[in-house]
Amino acid sequence: MALIRLLLIALLALPVAAQDRFITVASTTSTEQTGLFGCILPAFKKDTGIDVRVVALGTGQALDMARRGDADIAFVHDRPAEDKFVAEGAGINRKDVMYNDFVIIGPKSDPAKVAGGKDAAAALKKIADAKAPFVSRGDKSGTHAAELRLWKSAGVDLDAAKGPWYRDTGSGMGPALNTASSIGGYILSDRGTWLSFKNKGDLTVVVEGDRVLFNPYGVMLVNPAKHPHVKQADAQRFIDWLVSPAGQKSIADYKIDGQQLFFPSAS
Amino acid sequence: MNSTDILPLRLERVAFAAGTRMVLDAVDATFSAGSRTVILGPNGSGKSVLMRLCHGLIAPTSGRVRWNTGDARPAAQAMVFQRPVMLRRSARANIDYALSLRGISPRERRDRSDEALARVGLLGVAGSPARVLSGGEQQRLALARAWAVRPRILFLDEPTANLDPGAARQVESIVQSIHEAGTKVVMTTHNLGQARRLADEILFLQGGRLVETTPAALFFPVPRTPEARAFIEGELPWH
Amino acid sequence: MQDLALAFSAALHLVGGGDPTLLGIVGLSLAVSLTATLCATLIGAPIGAALAIGRFPGRRTAIVVLNAFMGLPPVVVGLIVYLLLSRAGPLGRYGLLFTPTAMVIAQTFLIAPIVAALTRQVIEDAWREYQEQLTSLGARGVRAALTLLWDTRYSLLTVVLAGFGRAAAEVGAVMIVGGNIAGVTRVMTTAIALETTKGDLPLALALGMILIAIVISVNAAAYAVKQTAQRRYG
Repeated sequence: MALIRLLLIALLALPVAAQDRFITVASTTSTEQTGLFGCILPAFKKDTGIDVRVVALGTGQALDMARRGDADIAFVHDRPAEDKFVAEGAGINRKDVMYNDFVIIGPKSDPAKVAGGKDAAAALKKIADAKAPFVSRGDKSGTHAAELRLWKSAGVDLDAAKGPWYRDTGSGMGPALNTASSIGGYILSDRGTWLSFKNKGDLTVVVEGDRVLFNPYGVMLVNPAKHPHVKQADAQRFIDWLVSPAGQKSIADYKIDGQQLFFPSAS
Repeated sequence: MNSTDILPLRLERVAFAAGTRMVLDAVDATFSAGSRTVILGPNGSGKSVLMRLCHGLIAPTSGRVRWNTGDARPAAQAMVFQRPVMLRRSARANIDYALSLRGISPRERRDRSDEALARVGLLGVAGSPARVLSGGEQQRLALARAWAVRPRILFLDEPTANLDPGAARQVESIVQSIHEAGTKVVMTTHNLGQARRLADEILFLQGGRLVETTPAALFFPVPRTPEARAFIEGELPWH
Repeated sequence: MQDLALAFSAALHLVGGGDPTLLGIVGLSLAVSLTATLCATLIGAPIGAALAIGRFPGRRTAIVVLNAFMGLPPVVVGLIVYLLLSRAGPLGRYGLLFTPTAMVIAQTFLIAPIVAALTRQVIEDAWREYQEQLTSLGARGVRAALTLLWDTRYSLLTVVLAGFGRAAAEVGAVMIVGGNIAGVTRVMTTAIALETTKGDLPLALALGMILIAIVISVNAAAYAVKQTAQRRYG
């Protein structure tokens, strides 16, 4: 065991940003891949000198990582899962931060004839009835959870209706969009990832604006009572900054092609 | 009898079996200081195995290999093989390596290496990579390496079998020098001419049995056994 | 085809522009994989030599198992190291997860079996040639193993390169234990994976070409060293 300790200490001497003041945030692929963090985190670092290290995973994986104490903060978009996280004592100080919306993406040829509709659930019902190809993330992410809720409210029993038309890929938003693009299928995506996605192919937005597609993001501190090593002071500082006017403005200012992706919602 | 001298080496009913085949069968022999012993015999007679048993590279299946001091495997031995095996380093470094295995100090290693190289006429290529030397040069280097450790007994297993006559003569002359310096020489060969030139004593092996042990002066003119006679007469001059 | 052409010119632009982010990613990739290769060699080469020369019960089983471990899936190694280094795991208190150190550890586990198994083969072949002479000279056990390791150094260089190649090319292990954090644990392979998921395929291809070019350069340099040395030392 002493030898292992010696080896670990030797390896710890790897001189790569190991000495910076930093916190670890478990977040989702949608926030990372849209480039939001790349935009707002430097502003926070400039103000406070704290480096924010983001590990981007699906919501389920992010919360699991936070539960294990491998992160200081969880920043995800699945309200039921977040409430459960706080209820079980894994997280504290939950705050609303921002929202974006989901959109239903589909091929320009629109085999299920849903384009232009304003009712997301109804559109999904039509897709299921037409057995048009549909790509699901299937990865316990916030997007996946929202998709499942939509099927339910559309009255579609997925287990019964499932067939070759429903592609459960078990992947992140980007890879799922890649799949949809190559098979010409429908998919539920968050607007931010869609706007910054570079392989749109023949796909376009077919349904948007429905209130149920509203996608709120919440931030939580990993409970220091359960994980004493959590960097409570610095992490709380980040949470406070996110909901502060300065942080909220940073979020609102982030645009792709002139379009705002995320809308501040801290009250 | 000097009890700190590892010689004489005695083989007592030494046998070696490989699987079910009897490679050597009940060999009794004594190797004493001062004389050059040549183990003679046709291919497959067990000469190489006998050498390896004496040198301690393999253990006999039955019988005993007994050194005078009672050691199981004394350090004061060296062996030169038919194909020299050199390390990927310079000629001098190969000799230095052998000496360092015996715990000799760096300064003395350097002196002894140069001395050994000079004796075999290789001082000029001391710094050359050993593996790029010619076959004859490598074999002389192997002899230098063996000589440098000042062994009490030197085993040579068909040392000139792969060499041209000129290189072979050089090797023989070095072996003679080693003998004159006091090391006991034990050599195998299937070459009658070489045996005639170098041997004081002949051990004749055939089919795994030690058929004759005779002084060389008597072996060639008047072999005692029919097998030896057949071997001497059957051997062609250029073997 | 068009993607490839785009990618190639993107690659040239990236390299020519000396983009600091790219340089950081390349530097980290090399640092992690080279360090892991070094550690794996220090661990694997002696094990390989010991297996080649030593004789002990269970040796054949050990060799078969070691050869099998050459094919360890990187994601599995990553997962195991993640569980070990996670705060909830046995080595959690060192806080190594999501650091380059964790990536080095994971890659070391991944390629040590490769180095060990291939070293064993090289040393075993050499042992066949050297055994009698080394035993005759009085070199045994550890001394003999060290001598052989040095004498087969050019063949071992190829073995080390095989290990490095495997480390530089893998993404599963470093993704899980490193977390692909921008500026901290993002290496070439995880960057390529990220750009692919973002749908920026030309950029991903460009990064891929750069990675291949780097690996080829390392191999070419080592080959040249080996050739000159072999010509000089035999």
